[in-house]
Amino acid sequence: MADPLSTPTHGTIVEEEMRFTLIELCRVCHADAEQLTALIAEGVIEPAGSGPHDWEFSGAMLSRTRTALRLSRDLQLNTAGTALVLDLLDEIEDLKSRLRRMGAR
Amino acid sequence: MEFKDYYAALGVERSATQDEIKRAYRKLARKYHPDVSKEADAEAHFKEVAEAYEALNDAEKRAAYDTFSRRQERGQPFTPPGRDAGFEFSGRDFGADDGMDYSDFFESLFGRQTRSAGARRSTQAAGEDHHAKVQIDLEDAYRGARRAVSLRMPVVDAQGQVTWQERQLEVTIPKGVREGQHLRLAGQGSPGTGGGAQAGDLYLEIAFVPHPSFRVDGRDVYVDLPITPWEAALGATVSVATPDGGVQLTLPPGSSSGRKLRLRGKGLPGNPAGDLYAVLGISVPPADTPAAKDAYAALAKVFANFNPRSAAEA
Repeated sequence: MADPLSTPTHGTIVEEEMRFTLIELCRVCHADAEQLTALIAEGVIEPAGSGPHDWEFSGAMLSRTRTALRLSRDLQLNTAGTALVLDLLDEIEDLKSRLRRMGAR
Repeated sequence: MEFKDYYAALGVERSATQDEIKRAYRKLARKYHPDVSKEADAEAHFKEVAEAYEALNDAEKRAAYDTFSRRQERGQPFTPPGRDAGFEFSGRDFGADDGMDYSDFFESLFGRQTRSAGARRSTQAAGEDHHAKVQIDLEDAYRGARRAVSLRMPVVDAQGQVTWQERQLEVTIPKGVREGQHLRLAGQGSPGTGGGAQAGDLYLEIAFVPHPSFRVDGRDVYVDLPITPWEAALGATVSVATPDGGVQLTLPPGSSSGRKLRLRGKGLPGNPAGDLYAVLGISVPPADTPAAKDAYAALAKVFANFNPRSAAEA
């Protein structure tokens, strides 16, 4: 490898500049299509498009998908349980954000 | 090498049944999982618990571990077995990199673990994508920055053995990046195997180092602004610190505590840029000299009819 410090690596902001196909999202998340299809069926992640062949996932789905996969693997949750935890985490994040705006630390 | 007591990590007896081990793991995983836990050190704690479960949940591994720990108790030197080719795991992906962060003890006992055997079956395969976290200062997100990131990556050699390789990478932090967003660095993941195969990508999750005075909410930034009672009553022009330097802010007369004044576009840069909110807090000076006491007494006289509790009494 050439000296990597000589040239800084430029990154792309995933949430703003990227979209994923099903195959790409599987690869990035180290998951198989079956796992992701189950999350889609449960409404945990929502692709645009009419079916698996033209599904398109927004960049923001990356972090949601990875969290869902971690939770179901580490806490041995089924898809419905994973979906519920993610909804509750969203709600907690929303409340925390309100606290931040009000000045609580 | 430090011997690990996996039974103690899960809080179970050595005679525990597989069901008891599973129950203990699930309970601790719910408590310490970094995605849901409020505990300090949740991540480190969860890793210990997950490693212990990985070793004890599998009957074969548990038997091997029990044999070693019995020898250890008899004072026999700890000699790890040869590299064990038998096991494949899904890895934990918290921490400095995406590799399996098992302890040296675990790896010497059970062999180094690799994540997905499937990807390496063909002679030519694209390299894996990796994930890591990087902490930056809020100021870096305002101005953009270059950051050196050190990564520990698993590398598979020609014999199929996994070794860890340290590498340094200089990364450009784009201006306006927000907490929780990810940067994709194309081609910086694992190299592909076989001629001409594509390297994987590296995904960096951005976190902000907590700032002593600024609170960040998405694109918007909040800062507490202490003001005097007379500035609040009469209005004033005061200077407010922002992550990008001081700005002048006009307080309208009659400002009260808790009021938020918006500085449009002074939050995180972007399209659209976020806003900066100064949250007002009135600081009351102490009445610790005769002159100060007189001043408060004069105020009391002028505002004899002012009752801040009248709403509560009504």
